[in-house]
This record gives sequence, C-alpha cells and structure tokens, in this order.
Amino acid sequence: MSLAATTTYYDRKGLMATLGRDGMLQVILVANSFIMLAPIIIMVFSAFKTNMEIFQSPFSLPDFSNVGNFVKIWTETNFLRYLANSFFVTGSSMVLILTLGTMAAYALARYQFRGNGFILMFFLAGLTLPLKLAIIPLFILMRDLGILNNQLSLIFVYTATGLPTTVFIMTGFIRTLPNELEDAARMDGASEARIMWSIMLPLVRPAMVIAAIQNVVPIWNDFFFPLVFIQNDNLKTLPQGLTTFMGEYATDYGALFSGLTLSAAPIILIYILLSRQFISGMTAGAVK
Amino acid sequence: MAQLSLRGIKKSFKTVDVLHGIDLEIGDREFVVFVGPSGCGKSTLLRLIAGLDQISEGEFVLNGQRMNQVPPSRRGIAMVFQSYALYPHMDVYENMAFGARLMGLDKAEVEARIAQTARMLRLEPFLKRKPRELSGGQRQRVAIGRALVRKPDVFLLDEPLSNLDAALRSDVRLEIAKLHRDIGGTMIYVTHDQVEALTLADKIVVMNLGRIEQVGSPRELYEAPANTFVATFIGSPRMTLIDVARQGDRLAIAGGGSVLVTALPDVARLRIGVRPDAVVLEHGHAEDGFTASVVYTEYLGDNAFVYVRLADNTLMPARVGVNERFAPDAPVTVKLERAAMHFFSAEDGRRLDP
Repeated sequence: MSLAATTTYYDRKGLMATLGRDGMLQVILVANSFIMLAPIIIMVFSAFKTNMEIFQSPFSLPDFSNVGNFVKIWTETNFLRYLANSFFVTGSSMVLILTLGTMAAYALARYQFRGNGFILMFFLAGLTLPLKLAIIPLFILMRDLGILNNQLSLIFVYTATGLPTTVFIMTGFIRTLPNELEDAARMDGASEARIMWSIMLPLVRPAMVIAAIQNVVPIWNDFFFPLVFIQNDNLKTLPQGLTTFMGEYATDYGALFSGLTLSAAPIILIYILLSRQFISGMTAGAVK
Repeated sequence: MAQLSLRGIKKSFKTVDVLHGIDLEIGDREFVVFVGPSGCGKSTLLRLIAGLDQISEGEFVLNGQRMNQVPPSRRGIAMVFQSYALYPHMDVYENMAFGARLMGLDKAEVEARIAQTARMLRLEPFLKRKPRELSGGQRQRVAIGRALVRKPDVFLLDEPLSNLDAALRSDVRLEIAKLHRDIGGTMIYVTHDQVEALTLADKIVVMNLGRIEQVGSPRELYEAPANTFVATFIGSPRMTLIDVARQGDRLAIAGGGSVLVTALPDVARLRIGVRPDAVVLEHGHAEDGFTASVVYTEYLGDNAFVYVRLADNTLMPARVGVNERFAPDAPVTVKLERAAMHFFSAEDGRRLDP
C-alpha cells in the first residue's frame, strides 16, 4: 500500500504548515520589497517617458532608447554643477558630523567628568528639535555671519542636525566595547589620541556607517535649507536645481523624473557599498 | 631586576573604600599570587600596580623609584588581561608588534622579538590570523606573547585561566609555570582559585575585604593559617571550624562529647580547625570523641569524603578509604589527630599557638 493512499483529510496541511514560519516570512519580505521598490521603478520608467506618456500609461514599460529627458537635463540645466555642489555639501557635512560626533561620543562614553551626563542629554535634546521652525533666526544668524548665499551655511546647519543622532548612536556603541582593549593599549604605551585612532576607530566603523547612512540621505535630499540660503545658481544643490522643471503653470515631469533618477543613483550606490560594512561584525573575537 | 614595594596603598572609588592600606614586598623573580574571594580588591591592586588606576593614598616603589605618577607603559610592566583584550582588527603579528613599535624599537628588533616569542609559545602557524580565528587557548598564548615581546621586568596576569575550559586550564597552568622558570621575570598573578594559587606560587597573598589576611608560601598558608579566613579559604574540601569549650585537658562540644588534647592554648573557649585528612571516623558512639551522624558520602575514585553532622550542627568532611562504608544517618564517633589541629581565638579568629 502506498503512502498516498493512507492520507486522510486531517493529514492535509494548512498554508502555515506547508510554507513553515520561514516560508511565510519570505512571502512577507518579498511583498515588502516590491512595495519599497515600486516608486523607484516608476521613477526610472517615467524618466524615459514624455509628459503625455506618463499620464496616459503611468505603469507601462517605456521605450528605453528615448533619452530625450536626460539630454534636456544635461543641456538646459547646470546639472554637473548641481551634482558637484551636492557632493561637496553632503561630503563636508558628513566629514564634520562623523569626526566631531565620534570624538564627542568617545569622550562621553569613556571619560568620567562633571557634566558628562548633562552634555549627553544636551545632544539628545537636539533630536527633539525641529530645526525648520528656527529658519527665521537661522536666516538672520547666517546673514550676520555673512555666509548667506554660501555653502558654509548649509554645512553648518547639516552638521548641527546630524550630531545628535550620531552622538547618540556612537555613545551607545562605544559603551558596549570592552574597556580592557583601551587598558591593553595604555599598557602598550599608546597615547589617548593613538588609542582613539588605532584601536577604537576600526572598531566603531559599523556604528559610523549606520550614523552615516542615517544622515546622508536627508542631507542629500534636502530642499528646504538650500531654497532659503542659496540664490546663486552656481551654488545650488541638486534638489534645488531640478526645480527648474517645475513651472508655475506646467511641469515637465519626464525631465524632473530623469533628474531625480540621476540624483538618486549615487546615494543608492553609496548605500549598497556601505551596507556590506555594517553587516560584518568587527568585534567578534575581541574578548571571549 | 624587579623589586616592588607597596607601602600603605589605599584605593577608594568615590565614597567606597576598596583597599584599606596594603603593605607588601615583592622580590625579584618571585611568582606572587593574589588570591581571595570576588570583590576582595585583588584585581584593583593589580590595576594600581599596572598604573591603570590612580593610587588614592600610599606609595608604590619599583626598583627604588616612586611609581605613583609614572604612566603604565613607562613602568616596565606588562599585563595579561582576563578577557585577553586582543585587538580584534589586527592579526596576531600586529597584536604583538603594536606595543613593541610604540616602545621605539626598530623594525628588525621588533621582528626578531616576535619571532622568538612566537617560537617559545608555538604561535608561528598563527601569526597571520585574526584573534577571532583562534581558539581560547591560542588567544591566551597571544595575550601572553604580547606581554613577552615588551620584555618587561614585571608580568601581571589577571585571572588568565578563568575563560578556559577545565582540561585546557591545567595545561596552560603548567605552561605558565614553565614560562616563569624560562624567562625569570617577576610575576604577579591574580586568581580566585586556590588550586592555581597553591600550584603556581612562590608566595601567596590572601586578601579579603580590601585587606591582606596573610602572606606566605603555599606550605605556610596550608600548615599554619594566620586566621580562620585563610584556614577555610585554602584547602579543598574546606577546613572545618568547631566552637569548643575547654574542660581541663578536654575540648567539648555542648551535648556532643569531647576529645582529650594535650598542650592547649590557655583560653576557656576556642575554635578548632580540622582538615578532612586529620579526622578519624569510628562506627557507633564512643566515650572519647565527638558524637556525630553520617550525612552523605562523596566518592572520588582514589578516596572518599564522608560528611558528618556534629551535635552543634556543624557539617564536617572526613577523608576515608574507598573501602570503608558509612550508611547515611549511622552514628559515628569523630576523633582528631592532635598534630593536625589548628587553634583559633573564638573572638576574632586569630591563630593561637600553645
């Protein structure tokens, strides 16, 4: 007698039993990634369509040989200039955020001094502050500093907004690292600066990557502060520059989408490259 | 050469006093073990010697020089940490080279020292590996190697065996003993394990609650403990302490019989200490000796320990031959060998000698 013949009604499995817990998870994750990717795919598709096509069939596959929008971006705007500006502003802000944030976090996590807890709380208070509400005083401040229409104003504001999360993430992470590593380095004769540079920095890299990803996307995409602080076309960032295609009466969606595609590309690439970094467990094997 | 003097060392963290005045002399080439229960301040004392924590009061002198304010790396001291604290992002070679380079040695000298150390510790096949790719015992050897490369006068080892499994522990213990013989530096070793202390040390420092209870060779500590704390801390199973009243030449437990003892200290009440091998058990209750009943027997292969309960409720182990049988709850008589008895003051636990 074969096995199949003995199968009865109650031997039949439900969906959960067939797929199992992991199978169900897979289904949910695949669905989720589809939802996450859909807007990006529509953006890329629309970049190859004319305004007409976008409204007639928003989800259809475009003719990928139709690169008119990209040509328009290239010829009608200062695209390379905007891209370089975005890189400069985002890059400088990230360097400042990570350098200052890591140093502050190391001091807060490791050295006992008066006001230690207060300073950490002061940084964390920055998390709750919507900086956009302070735009008028900020504008006056930048004017008095003489850096209106200057990328320094953007870099300062971004650094200030990025520090709270960075200090928060890094302080927590550094506290989990074993103290004995620094003691060992001290016994070896390393100065505090060298301990920071040679021992701690390689170990906090995963946390730095998390802090970087956390900050780089909003800074790259920010539209509000450049709009207020920058008027000179040569200093505009990408999101600001692309508004050329948003007119008062008509908007060239095709060109706008191709601009967005080009501006999103570097950030997506950075994200893919960096995500490898924080997955690797750097501290494994440090201490038993 | 290394001569260490600790004079009235005190340490407090904020309001908590951890060490209450430590005086200790450590000679050249000595293997000194700090032993004591957790929280007794032995690791703190080690960190003070290393220079990782500031001495609150007192003086630490190394080879005639006051060391209180000298930074750790200038003291000629190397330390092996309990967790090994290997730099996880560097391979074994770099781990050992880091300190050597910071000493200002030239490249050839660093290489030569690492080659020599790696040979001695059998680490040559692992020089290019990261710490996470090593087993516990190998990591331990790298940690020791990192200390050796700096050629220090004094080695500090903070519970170096506590992260190893039992089988490996006795191997590494042997290796450390051998290492001390080969390189001949002064070693200070912290442990809470009295077996490690007894097997390795030239000199044991027993600590409790931030004070030194006794300093001496393993044999001195075992045979003449200075007080009841040292008596019960050293030796396994522990020494039994029995409160007895003196009645002429006899020592009596209330309602539990008495033993005849010659040459007693001249006090009315005292506490006697007996190790399991100084106890003789006899079946049944007899006139001479303490009455007791058997609780259970621990069989260990080459011998056995019978735990008996005395009339004052003290639980007492006695070593017996493996062929002797004692049924649970059976009445027995406990007799003690005079030569192996220790006398302590009933008030403060200090040793009393007749």
